[in-house]
Amino acid sequence: MSTITKEFVKGLWDELPPFRVLLGLCPTLAVTSTAENGLGMGAAVIFVLTMSNLIISTIRKIIPPKVRIACFIVITASLVVTVELLMQAYAYPLYQKLGIFVPLIVVNCLILGRAEAFASKNGVIPSIADALGMGIGFTLSLTFLGAMREMLGNGTVFGTPVMWESFQPASFMVMAPGAFVGLGLILAGMNAFNRYLSRKKGEKEPVSQNSTCASCGACNSCGQ
Amino acid sequence: MEYFLLFISAIFINNIVLVQYLGACPFMGTSKSTDVALGMGGAVIFVTLMATAITWPLHQYVLIPYGIEYLQTIAFILVIASLVQFVEMFLKKAVPPLYKSLGLFLPLITTNCAVMGVAIMVQRNGYSFFKSMMYGLASGIGFLIALVIISAIRERLDISPVPRVFKGVPIALIMAGIMSLTFFAFQGMAA
Repeated sequence: MSTITKEFVKGLWDELPPFRVLLGLCPTLAVTSTAENGLGMGAAVIFVLTMSNLIISTIRKIIPPKVRIACFIVITASLVVTVELLMQAYAYPLYQKLGIFVPLIVVNCLILGRAEAFASKNGVIPSIADALGMGIGFTLSLTFLGAMREMLGNGTVFGTPVMWESFQPASFMVMAPGAFVGLGLILAGMNAFNRYLSRKKGEKEPVSQNSTCASCGACNSCGQ
Repeated sequence: MEYFLLFISAIFINNIVLVQYLGACPFMGTSKSTDVALGMGGAVIFVTLMATAITWPLHQYVLIPYGIEYLQTIAFILVIASLVQFVEMFLKKAVPPLYKSLGLFLPLITTNCAVMGVAIMVQRNGYSFFKSMMYGLASGIGFLIALVIISAIRERLDISPVPRVFKGVPIALIMAGIMSLTFFAFQGMAA
């Protein structure tokens, strides 16, 4: 497998955000009350992530290492403002539903984390592949979590009723507690699935991969 | 009375982590031990207050008069990032004991949605300066309370027989969900 395909595919499973590496938890929890919101947030993140990785990998040799985080933040913030204005023009209902979480894409750890860990060290093409893989993985995860919560909490997926007639929606699932519990269950499910896979291959049991430390993008200064 | 209600509601009824989902990354990342949680919570209260005190005048007296409110995001994040840098440098020089307990967490706070979220939210809700500061302080306290409680629970969970696949973050998330459910009960009390 060529390196570019590898960079693309790793975001879809091995380092799938936010289920395998816990990056960008706030939007994951907040906007996934419906599948549609999850998809919309994912699309915005794909745009910002791809553009920021493209720009940062292009000028990575000019950025002085000491102020690189500040540079990344400026680039991301400009892109987020672009997304905000675009959404206000073309997808206003979605913009209103996502509310405060559109400007908060700027502090999404996923974007800063990829900039720091990948785009500042690699060329343009691999960085775009990495961004697309991560972005698509993030979108699929958010849509999946959103669909699950919407189905259990409201009986619909993308607004279409899917459950049987006598189904009683558990409104708990579309509120904040459902977000935490749903994400916890998915993470546990992923762990169980990985254990099953590695046992089938006859390997040793893998260490649980949900590290929280990668989740802030400030690893160097943290020291944990 | 109005301020008192705002204060209580920002701490309990609209708890910033458990009801509004802001700052979930540090909530999971720094809640492994109570000491770390206390440090992080203290740092968040401090920075939220400072950030609100600076971004409120910036928005009211610079962005609105010049009609450039759409630059809010970029202006706020730059102010917060540089503020955190300055606070770190100042503490290192002037108050070494405080720097020792908070210093480690300051760089993490730049990417904390709670600080940025409070700064944006007080503008969207149209709070006055004093009200904004109250809201910032109360949100910070709410974050500290949630973080300390979950860290205490996680310390106990570490020595409890938890199913293998739930170990670590999954069980912590489910505990957070249950905590969030309890905080939802405050909504019934306020109504």
